[in-house]
Amino acid sequence: MSAPILEVRDLLKQYPGVSAVNGISFSVPPGICFGLLGPNGAGKTTTIEIMEGILAPTGGQVRYRGEPLGARFREEAGILFQATALQNFLTVRQSLAMFRGLYRRGRDIEELLKLCSLEGLAGRDNRKLSGGQLQRLLLAIALVNDPQVLFLDEPTTGLDPQARRNFWSLIRSIKAQRKTIILTTHYMEEAEILCDEIAIVDRGCIIAQGAPGALLRQHFAEVLLELPRADFPSAARSLPLQLIDTEERIEITTDDLDATLRTLIAAQVPLRNLRIRPANLEDLFLELTGRELRA
Amino acid sequence: MMRRLLSVWHARNLEFLRDRGTLLFTVLLPLSLIVGMGFIFGGPPRPLFKVGVLGGAAAAHADAFLQTRYVQFLSVASAVNGLREVRRQRIDLLFAPGRPPRYWVNTDSPKGYIAEKLLLAADPHAQRLPVSGKAVPYLHWLFPGILAMNLMFSCLFGVGYVVLRYRQSGFLKRLHATPLSPFEFLSAQVLSRLSIIVLITTVLYVTVGTMIHFHSAGSIALLLLITVLGALSMIALGLTIAARFASEELVNGLLNLLTWPMMLLSGVWFSLAGAPKWVQWVADALPLTQLLHAAREVMLYGAGIGAIAPNLIYLAAVTLVFLAFGAWSFKWRI
Repeated sequence: MSAPILEVRDLLKQYPGVSAVNGISFSVPPGICFGLLGPNGAGKTTTIEIMEGILAPTGGQVRYRGEPLGARFREEAGILFQATALQNFLTVRQSLAMFRGLYRRGRDIEELLKLCSLEGLAGRDNRKLSGGQLQRLLLAIALVNDPQVLFLDEPTTGLDPQARRNFWSLIRSIKAQRKTIILTTHYMEEAEILCDEIAIVDRGCIIAQGAPGALLRQHFAEVLLELPRADFPSAARSLPLQLIDTEERIEITTDDLDATLRTLIAAQVPLRNLRIRPANLEDLFLELTGRELRA
Repeated sequence: MMRRLLSVWHARNLEFLRDRGTLLFTVLLPLSLIVGMGFIFGGPPRPLFKVGVLGGAAAAHADAFLQTRYVQFLSVASAVNGLREVRRQRIDLLFAPGRPPRYWVNTDSPKGYIAEKLLLAADPHAQRLPVSGKAVPYLHWLFPGILAMNLMFSCLFGVGYVVLRYRQSGFLKRLHATPLSPFEFLSAQVLSRLSIIVLITTVLYVTVGTMIHFHSAGSIALLLLITVLGALSMIALGLTIAARFASEELVNGLLNLLTWPMMLLSGVWFSLAGAPKWVQWVADALPLTQLLHAAREVMLYGAGIGAIAPNLIYLAAVTLVFLAFGAWSFKWRI
């Protein structure tokens, strides 16, 4: 197994009265997409900002290729923040050229424009880009130094479904170049599609870590049955089933699908709107972090 | 409609009142201006004439002319300095007490003519030593002041606000994630504004100078050096303000707190030669005073680099101090 490209050791970040990160440790092998997932306020953005070297930890350390973060890391890391404004009155090409000038080595501007589907927008003022176009430009800026490790902090938040899918295909093409990607996202589908390994963070600690498939197998041996609430009679609530009652539907987890279906039929529960699906990352996320809205 | 208006009015008031720094400066700025201006320009009526006096205090008290009211008597260190001031019509007479007393009057000066009448009424036997020299037209005297004031506003607000906007928008945070150091970023800002302001000042100098038929008495290269050092000191001062703060209104207040005293005390509009000593000391500490003094000496009186070296050294020194402080206190993010 190759040496980790990034190692996070006993990371601590405390603010007055708040402990944002409580001793997080993990390592990221080169060439994978590593996802940091967690509810709002869980500490994932603080963790990623410490990893990016723009926030000093209270304790612990981050090492890049075995060394503390330094000049080499800044030359070899690409970063896409949740929200970044660029300089006014500059075109797409001029913005890329400005950031290209900050690094010793990097990619050709034309190559970047092509990679991020920005060829037709090269002469456009930054301020006149749509949300998806701006995000592609910010990704191109993050790639301007041909980074070995790419940080993407909620890169598709606020994008429409087409723009989001387009962005995913861009990320996949970057992954194909054996770049290491650190991704935070609220979209479990995004994490499931892009990430080779995930860590779920809650209250400043990692509560689960591994490959998405392995984590799902570890936490869910069962399948999920979903029924609209209206189709589920009150009397059926006393059935010997594992029920999760949400606002819109009743979810039943089971490892014996045939027996569960027989039980529901016997109880005369209407099954015309029944959905059967395997557990996904969203189920895992809710299972581990809870369903209640955090204050 | 009223309910909606009141909702927004209330929320905006809360936003303003809870921004303590801004609130403080909104009150502090006009208050300090009024108190400061009261100290500087208040007090008894202004004297009508300025007379330079050669010799010690004992001689000054012995002479009847020196008891004249509404004339400001200024102690002059040497006859050379005094005569220069008379020729430039910056003082109305140069008086040397003695037996008989002597005086130098500029025959081209209307105020010198009246001051001479007052002197002869008190000391009819005073010995007259006429000199001549045209006064600099007020418009020409004002010209360096307007250029310097424009430079000050452009540098302080141009740099201060831009860095603040970069910080508020998160652009600085993005730059922080690159190999760019605070020193490199600040230096780039300094050089960018410097090149722009030198170009603008040159264009203004040529166009306005042509309009008002102004020709510099001194070296243009020296003027360029003064412009560069003056602009550097102002940009560096702007950066020290913008280095940390994230509130637009607070930065605006701080910049106003700097620009107003400089505009009033640095001699842009009028000379502070007759102001109290402590006001002159405060004024001398302001970079705009040093810049303007050097510019006027070169533009109006043809001074060489030796004569304005102290001003240039001062501007270079404050630039280094402000830049070092700005780089030390610089914050990439809110």
